[in-house]
Formats: sequence, C-alpha cells, structure tokens
Amino acid sequence: MADPMRIRAQAAGDKATVRVLMAHEMETGQRKDSAGKTIPAWFIQDVVASHNGKPVFSAQWGPAVSKNPFLQFSVRGAKAGDKISVTWTDNKGDKRTDEATVS
Amino acid sequence: MTQTRREMLQRSAAVAGMLASLGLLPQLAHANTWNKAAFDAKNMADLMKALGTSAPAESKDVTITGPDIAENGAVVPVGCSTTLAGAKKLMILVEKNPNMLCALFDVTEGVDPNFSTRVKMGQSSDVYAVAVMADNKVLFAKKEIKVTLGGCGG
Repeated sequence: MADPMRIRAQAAGDKATVRVLMAHEMETGQRKDSAGKTIPAWFIQDVVASHNGKPVFSAQWGPAVSKNPFLQFSVRGAKAGDKISVTWTDNKGDKRTDEATVS
Repeated sequence: MTQTRREMLQRSAAVAGMLASLGLLPQLAHANTWNKAAFDAKNMADLMKALGTSAPAESKDVTITGPDIAENGAVVPVGCSTTLAGAKKLMILVEKNPNMLCALFDVTEGVDPNFSTRVKMGQSSDVYAVAVMADNKVLFAKKEIKVTLGGCGG
C-alpha cells in the first residue's frame, strides 16, 4: 500500500484552496537502470477529487508529472468543516484515497 | 462421421472465440478510461485528433504560469487556468517531451478552472496550457521555460 497523501484545504471567501502532496514514484518508463535495462513505467493515471462525497473534478495524468506529485486546485462553495477527499489510481491498479477537512 | 465431428468442433471453437471477444470488449473499455491515444500523441495535431477537437487558437483568457528558468527539469512548477466560464478540460503540455501531454483535468462547476502541479521536462521547451471549452473550441497559451538540467532520461 502506498504512503498516505498530505492534503491541506483552506477556506478563503466562497472557495477553498486545496493542496495535495501524493507519495508516488512516477517512473516514466524512459530511464534505464545500471544494467542498461529500461525501468518500466509506473505512474498515477487517474486522480479524482470530491467535495462532501460529490466528485468535483477528475484528472488524467501522464508519466511527465513529477515524482511525489503536487496538485493545487480550488473548490467552489466549500467552507470550513467540509470534507475534501482525493483518490488516485496508478497504471498498476494500485489505489489510495485520503480525506481532509477544510479549515 | 469424423468430418462432422471436426466441423462441429471448429464451429464451437469459433463461437467460443466470438463470445470471448464480445465478453472482453466491454471490460477493456471499462478499464481504459485513461486516454492512451492522447498521452501517446507526439504533437499538437495528433493530440487534437485523439481528443476529437478542432485546431487550437491562441487566447489571452488562458494563462500558463511557471518559471522562466527551471534549474531542475524533474520538478518544474506549472499552473494552468482560464478566466472563461464553461471550460470542460484543461491540459498542460510540454512540447519537447517524448509525449506532449502531461496532465488533463476534467473540470466541473464545482471547481475553479485553475490547477497547479509540477511536471518533468526533458529540455528547454514551450509549455502550453490548453482549455477545451463547452462548445468544443480549443484555446491555448504558451510560455517558454528554459531547463538547465533535464528531468526525463538518466
């Protein structure tokens, strides 16, 4: 199981800024190891974020997103106490969901 | 007698194959929400074909943010946003990467069309923010980011 994400959600006016730091290798499939063999690609493909259980956006990522990806977005109408959850799925089918409360 | 038996076996094999392909296809379509064609695209024309949208036009309503010079190509902070309402998709593209498309965001009403993330860049290149509008119009903004140390190969 992958390491937990770090999610911080802060309300500002009528929206909340959410910053997510995921723990993932994000291997591109372009690099070679010391023996000259290509390291297979391993990266997050899908990201879904929900506000109080309702999906607000989904994202598709390629291997060009950096290692331990950072993502920032703003959720409209979110206020203190609301729940923001983020789920990612990688190309090996591994999944992780984490939740944070808007402060 | 042998012939009919052979025919029958052949037919049943064909039927089984058909059933397998029929049963498999919906499964594949379900597992494959990730748009492989788009992520394999090497240039803007291929990408637009993969997404089924028209040719993009430059617009000042779409913004790309990022540094002028990135020291480390493995971690380049970029953001894409648009001031227009009704954007369906936002994308971040790096022109000279092995595959152009870095990230694609499907936007809904519940979220601002403004995303920031960090991407890898193999070399100095133009970086695009592309917005697909509800009426299938495609708008983009670009910015050149110089990279002192590439972040793709190794």
